[in-house]
Amino acid sequence: MLSFVIRRLATLLVTALCLTFLVFLLTNMQPRLETLAKTQGSARMSDAEVQSWLVREGFDRPIIERYGEWLGVVPGWTREQTDGTMRGRCIDRVADPAEADTRCGVLQGYWGSSTRFQAEVGDVIAARLGATGMLMLWVVIVMVPSALAVGVLAGMREGSRTDRSLSTVSIVSAATPEYVSGVIFIALFASSTFGISPLLREWGLMEANILFLGNARSAMDQITFWNFALPVMTIAFYGMGYIARMTRASMAEVMTQQYIRTARLKGVSFPAVVLRHALRNALIAPFTVIMLQFPWLLNGVVIVEVLFSYPGFGWALVEGASNNDIELLLACSVVAVVVVLITQLISDIGYVYLNPRIRIS
Amino acid sequence: MSIPLVWIVAAFAACLAVAVMTRGTRGAVRGLGRAALAGAGALGAWLLVDGVIIHGLAADPDIAQLAWGQMAGRMIAQFWPVWAALALTFALSLAYRRRLGLYGKLFGSSIGMIGFALVMFWIFTALFADLIATHDAIAQVSGMRNAPPGTPLPDPGARYEFFLLGGDAQARDVFSRMVMGARDVLAIAPAATAFAFMVGITLGLPAGYYGGRFDTALTFVSNLVLAFPVILLFYLLVTPDIVATGLPMWMAAVLFLFPVIFLSVLWNSRYFTHPLRRNIYVGLTLVIGLWIYSGLAFNADPLGVWGMSPNMLNVFVAVVFVNAPTVFRIVRGLTLDIKSRDYVAAGQTRGERPSYLMLWEILPNARGPLIVDFCLRIGYTTILLGTLGFFGLGVSPESPDWGSTINQGRQLLTVYPHAALTPAIALMSLVLGLNLLADGLREESLRD
Repeated sequence: MLSFVIRRLATLLVTALCLTFLVFLLTNMQPRLETLAKTQGSARMSDAEVQSWLVREGFDRPIIERYGEWLGVVPGWTREQTDGTMRGRCIDRVADPAEADTRCGVLQGYWGSSTRFQAEVGDVIAARLGATGMLMLWVVIVMVPSALAVGVLAGMREGSRTDRSLSTVSIVSAATPEYVSGVIFIALFASSTFGISPLLREWGLMEANILFLGNARSAMDQITFWNFALPVMTIAFYGMGYIARMTRASMAEVMTQQYIRTARLKGVSFPAVVLRHALRNALIAPFTVIMLQFPWLLNGVVIVEVLFSYPGFGWALVEGASNNDIELLLACSVVAVVVVLITQLISDIGYVYLNPRIRIS
Repeated sequence: MSIPLVWIVAAFAACLAVAVMTRGTRGAVRGLGRAALAGAGALGAWLLVDGVIIHGLAADPDIAQLAWGQMAGRMIAQFWPVWAALALTFALSLAYRRRLGLYGKLFGSSIGMIGFALVMFWIFTALFADLIATHDAIAQVSGMRNAPPGTPLPDPGARYEFFLLGGDAQARDVFSRMVMGARDVLAIAPAATAFAFMVGITLGLPAGYYGGRFDTALTFVSNLVLAFPVILLFYLLVTPDIVATGLPMWMAAVLFLFPVIFLSVLWNSRYFTHPLRRNIYVGLTLVIGLWIYSGLAFNADPLGVWGMSPNMLNVFVAVVFVNAPTVFRIVRGLTLDIKSRDYVAAGQTRGERPSYLMLWEILPNARGPLIVDFCLRIGYTTILLGTLGFFGLGVSPESPDWGSTINQGRQLLTVYPHAALTPAIALMSLVLGLNLLADGLREESLRD
């Protein structure tokens, strides 16, 4: 087991290295650097000025060397400016150049500085991940129980009317990407002139102008049902369908087993059979699916955070990507890779614990 | 308006006659009735959702606004080529379903039929888009900015008198943009999915069959691509800067080579024992394939028939690149499973070559799950294309594709929701149709 985990962690490291190098290559292409120079300097810079900006900021050296600097295995660049002051990767971040380290990179715990947010990437990512963490937490709290309930209810009597209608719901939800359901939800619940809000106000059921807020920026200060319901619902709705369908398939298969029939024949009531005998076995397969769903949630989070302007990780990623913020994007891809591979690892290990018939070698 | 109605009635009557002759009265009526009910249900649901949400818009009493019923009627009439084509397709398919294999069996399940109807609705809409669209999809009409659905044009002239689903923020007709957008989406999504399948199959079969280093390396690369957040990948690959570096062209050069390789090996392994036939098939594949290849990947087709704009190529390549690793994993898993079967061992004992075993023994036996996944994947590709549009990547801002239209419409979503809701519901219904179709296919292919 231990060697399995160690091997997986090694794969994670290699994947993260390859991925960040790819991102580094793609973000450091010449046209991109010129765009970056123009957004950082001024939009009307001449080609010569762009070149001198790139040299001044240390973008003129070979790509491998600069990737090494980012990692922290190669000493950071230093250069004496025309006015006699020293500039360099490690010098810029401390007040006194003499105190600067020779190497400063990921290995030393320095993730670089964000050109978009004018702050250290580590701080930006930490703050944004915290905000996204809250969103994800509420999504999981809403999505997983409802998906499991739908799946179990549909799968316990395969082919029944409940099954058919719940299956239709899950197919529809799996066919509605976040940018579609988000738009529909905002129009239905967050507009003062259409959808449900004017009706509720007319009937005197509601004091406020709109039922839910279509913008989640205020959730940064305080999360309320009013400002957080729509973003959470939007992400949960798309993810729910897939989990529910897997649960249904697994539940339907378990219900055909001999021991379920035996339990029914010896007189155990149907609810007791479902809850005591079937449920545990039926939840093994969905567990894997739920864990593997996390990387997909990350994707949905990007769309929803942009749609509802909630400044989390996904919003930072889009801001960084549209401004070619190199070091922010590198950190984002590291986070993404870690999330993907750790969830895979947890799903594999959890699978072994839940299902003793499987052995990991 | 009366002429299209006559056509629809005539088409239905003809279909009914054909069905009655081949299957007897009761079966035909039941089948057609079920299909019509499904179509009407889907349409009704769409109109209901659209209607309830945008209802508050039709407020101004001074202008001769269309009522909701009138608007629905006009839209149904506008779609007449689609209804006629759908009726014909269903009648013919229901009449000959017993001779049509898996496709015919689809008409045994109501889920499959509803899915098929939704998908065909959009396919026919894309085909007949010029007939259905009431206005030019990118033309701006003065005075129609953010017009509510059913607004009459101030000065119609020879044009259609109404904006059926209103105007968007740039005073363009939402209805026509939705119809033309179907063409954009359906031109890219199935083709990109097919290319992704060619790449996935060409790499997945040998990876599963041979295993070893080759497999390990390919699996690592595919996991690498899958670990990439899709949106970051799109931001890195689908921008004007990247077109300037020529990277999409080189990716296209690699990815588009796979269909040619796949088909050549396919024919070569099948007709290896008939050199003449083999030479004809492989030769034809190479000539036609490389001709298309030169046009699509390098825009260097000597005859100028095949070609893609750099933007389009960029979007296409990115979507193929994102989809191919998943297909690879599925094909590899299926190959690993099937290669341990007895009939593969028998083939090996007979002395069949690995390429024949992979392409003519293993692949045909993996077709069930692959066809189902193909349907699901077209839906997923549609969602990806929408995502690209939603982030304003790749396509020109003028383009009527659904993703970009949603993106533009969301700025004024709480005030004028019709501009964003229409493409959103269109996209959802297409993906839903594809998912239902995949479900129906899965059910029917499991049955035998």
